[in-house]
Amino acid sequence: MTTLLIENTLHGIQLGLLIFLLAAGLTLVFGIMDMVNLAHGSLYMLGAYLAFTFIELTGSFLLGGVLALVATLLIGMVLEFVVLRSLYARDHLDQVLATFGLILFFNRAVQAIWGAGGLSISLPSWLQARFEILPGVPYPVYRFGITVVALIVAAALWYLIARTRTGMLIRAGASNPRMVSALGVNIRLLFTTVFGIGAALAGLAGLMNAPISTVYSGMGEEVLIQAFVVIVIGGIGSIRGTFVAALGVGLIDTLGRVFLTDLLKLAMPATSASTIGPAIASMLIYLIMIVVLIWRPTGLFGRN
Amino acid sequence: MADAILRTESLRKAFGGLVATDALSLDIARNEIHAVIGPNGAGKTTLVAQLSGALKPDSGRILFDGAEITALPAHARTRLGLARSFQITSVLASFSALDNVALSVQAHQGHSFRFWAPARAQAALRDPAMAVLEQVGLADRATIPAGALSHGEQRQLEIAMALAGDPSLLLLDEPMAGMGAEESARMTEFLRGVRGQRTILLVEHDMNAVFALADRITVLVYGRAIASGSPDEIRANEEVRQAYLGDEAAGAAGGL
Amino acid sequence: MQDRLRLAINVALIAALALLPVYSALFDDVFAMTVMTRVLVHVLAAISLNLILGYGGMVSFGHAMFFGVGGYAVGIMAYHGVTSGFLQYPVAMLGSALLAVAVGALSLRTRAVYFIMITLAFGQMVYFVGVGLEEYGADDGMVLSAATKFGPLSTGNRVQLYYLTFALAMAALYLTWRIVNSRFGMVLQGAKANEPRMQALGFPTYRYKLAAFVIAGALCGLAGALEVDRAEFVSPAMMHWTRSGDFIIMVVLGGMGSLFGPLYGAVAFLVIEEVLSGFTDYWQMIFGPLLVLVVLYARGGIDSLLPGGARTHGGGHG
Repeated sequence: MTTLLIENTLHGIQLGLLIFLLAAGLTLVFGIMDMVNLAHGSLYMLGAYLAFTFIELTGSFLLGGVLALVATLLIGMVLEFVVLRSLYARDHLDQVLATFGLILFFNRAVQAIWGAGGLSISLPSWLQARFEILPGVPYPVYRFGITVVALIVAAALWYLIARTRTGMLIRAGASNPRMVSALGVNIRLLFTTVFGIGAALAGLAGLMNAPISTVYSGMGEEVLIQAFVVIVIGGIGSIRGTFVAALGVGLIDTLGRVFLTDLLKLAMPATSASTIGPAIASMLIYLIMIVVLIWRPTGLFGRN
Repeated sequence: MADAILRTESLRKAFGGLVATDALSLDIARNEIHAVIGPNGAGKTTLVAQLSGALKPDSGRILFDGAEITALPAHARTRLGLARSFQITSVLASFSALDNVALSVQAHQGHSFRFWAPARAQAALRDPAMAVLEQVGLADRATIPAGALSHGEQRQLEIAMALAGDPSLLLLDEPMAGMGAEESARMTEFLRGVRGQRTILLVEHDMNAVFALADRITVLVYGRAIASGSPDEIRANEEVRQAYLGDEAAGAAGGL
Repeated sequence: MQDRLRLAINVALIAALALLPVYSALFDDVFAMTVMTRVLVHVLAAISLNLILGYGGMVSFGHAMFFGVGGYAVGIMAYHGVTSGFLQYPVAMLGSALLAVAVGALSLRTRAVYFIMITLAFGQMVYFVGVGLEEYGADDGMVLSAATKFGPLSTGNRVQLYYLTFALAMAALYLTWRIVNSRFGMVLQGAKANEPRMQALGFPTYRYKLAAFVIAGALCGLAGALEVDRAEFVSPAMMHWTRSGDFIIMVVLGGMGSLFGPLYGAVAFLVIEEVLSGFTDYWQMIFGPLLVLVVLYARGGIDSLLPGGARTHGGGHG
């Protein structure tokens, strides 16, 4: 039981960190360019599909992954330049609609290129092992690895935003883009950079998650909605809030799916619990978001 | 003050480190025109926002006609008789001038959960609205979309919308903002005509208008009232001269 | 001149829709009628969304939840032997209305993007409830047990179903016209234009928006009921968030806040879908960018491109 608990807590943290990678890009783009980008999920998806192809081509897991990351970053920046730039000035509805159109395009495009079936990426043998993360608790090396990578990236992101000049410009651009522009900073370049960071993070999340699940058309949207829930709970524009909320959501979602039904069985007949348990488990994070929005309309760490 | 229609008690509002309203206690007498003046950033619009209910004060109380309205939302205050015009023109641009005022009339009359009869055909709304438009001098512009009106006309429409609800207290936030000399003079005359029937709290920069209209003036600097009294008293107040009026304005006021 | 031209177009459109079954009978083209029934169902759904989105400014990304509730009402009642439309359809509308009260009461406390997110979340929750309905097909959905009957009339008869859908869609159109021009409609449109101003005038805008949200929910539930009778199938896919996205596209494509916009939009959306999928299986790769182009360059929708389009509200007629 405790093994189950520990293992799932670790799973929850890992899921939370992956959602964080996706949500961080989303919240930066939203906080700084005031743009709702539904196509962010498509970049996540592209990261996974491109990883599949590059790993096949190069035969190397790591090299393939890096190439996929670079490719996703490039696609993201092209997308920003060609389409998304014109949307910064528009209202949120327009952004939702246009990026929804992009989702339709990408979901079909990947099927045209890679076929309609789901794909799987197999891990090289050195990553398939398990090790004892705590006495008596075996844990997959790969999952541990991506957790570490995600933490390093999160730390690097924090360092970038809090300690570098670019980060300062990003924070300034978030509060007052016009002023920053008036000070001679190339706002366009700043926005493109921010978007690029977001795209890279999304692609990284997608390619890291790919080997432990399936690669399929539309995979981005499920995670995207979770990411939106996270940034709303955490407060739009706040990286710290996103981090806390992402971990919270990852843990609650994972542990909820595993343990909720059993918990409910303590309070009600087993058959009812087995029916409504899974249903509530899948709704759990939405319920939390709704409660947070009612209590704190701008999220836990949000402004205005 | 015995017959204060509006009173604030130690009103305070801060935005982060910036104190916009600092322990402000005001009394507005019934049927007077009370002007609030002060340099930019003195917190005038913040004050109007708190009085109308658009902004919640951090502490302090607001009393209207003896009743506490501090926690009351904006729409409820309007129903009590406290109407506001906006500094930044907030007319409904795609609606005609008449539509705009008719909406104000409709709000005052209640009965807005009516789903069937066309509102634009209802004399009960149109007639009072036209009457107010005539009062402010916009009757011939009634069917023009509000967004197509000139700036001065839009300012007039702002006042019309506030008036149409038959309020006992009018909060006017820089009604003459952006108006030329002739338009301002006309507006001043108009406001003078409205005086005596209702109470007006007037926030303004236009010193000619202020000294022409006001029964009493309160001077706001950094959110605090540094002086409050009759126009003569304010003109003579040293602190006010230094902080705000300056010699040009004193000269102009003296010429009235 | 412009207005007359516009009126002529609208009348012609309605007449064409009214006479379609005649055309189908004469030219033995039943397919056209079945396609147009689906179009009319979506016209009704789009009309309901246009009320709150186009006229009310509420971007609800969960509107399909009402579509689904209405559909499941018919499906579940038919499953249990209740096939009278006089019972099914009112239950569909009532169920949707009640859900709308609950969802609206909470969601309307938020604004802008938070409103979009919270309606999306509620929509997903209803979707998951649908997926969890083991008894009624869960993820796969279920076939409709029996057609809906209105006395001697039955939705199993394609012509009768067509005219039922047509009549209800036209009734909804008329209802919308009445509502948006009424006192209530003035408040709703004013709240979309400038909500703080409306509150300053003395309107507790929350109540009006909630009422509109409930009316829209009920109408969309009716559309859902018709859809299940048309497709003879009900599944959670009816309530997926992408369906909500489709509805929004129809409203925007047709022209937000215009009376006939939903008509133009639903027709255009589904016709484009039919035509494009005739060319290629990968039609979404054309439709997606097309949508982007519409948003960037033809934002006022079809209504703004037709003669007399993109007028201000000052005109006062639909």
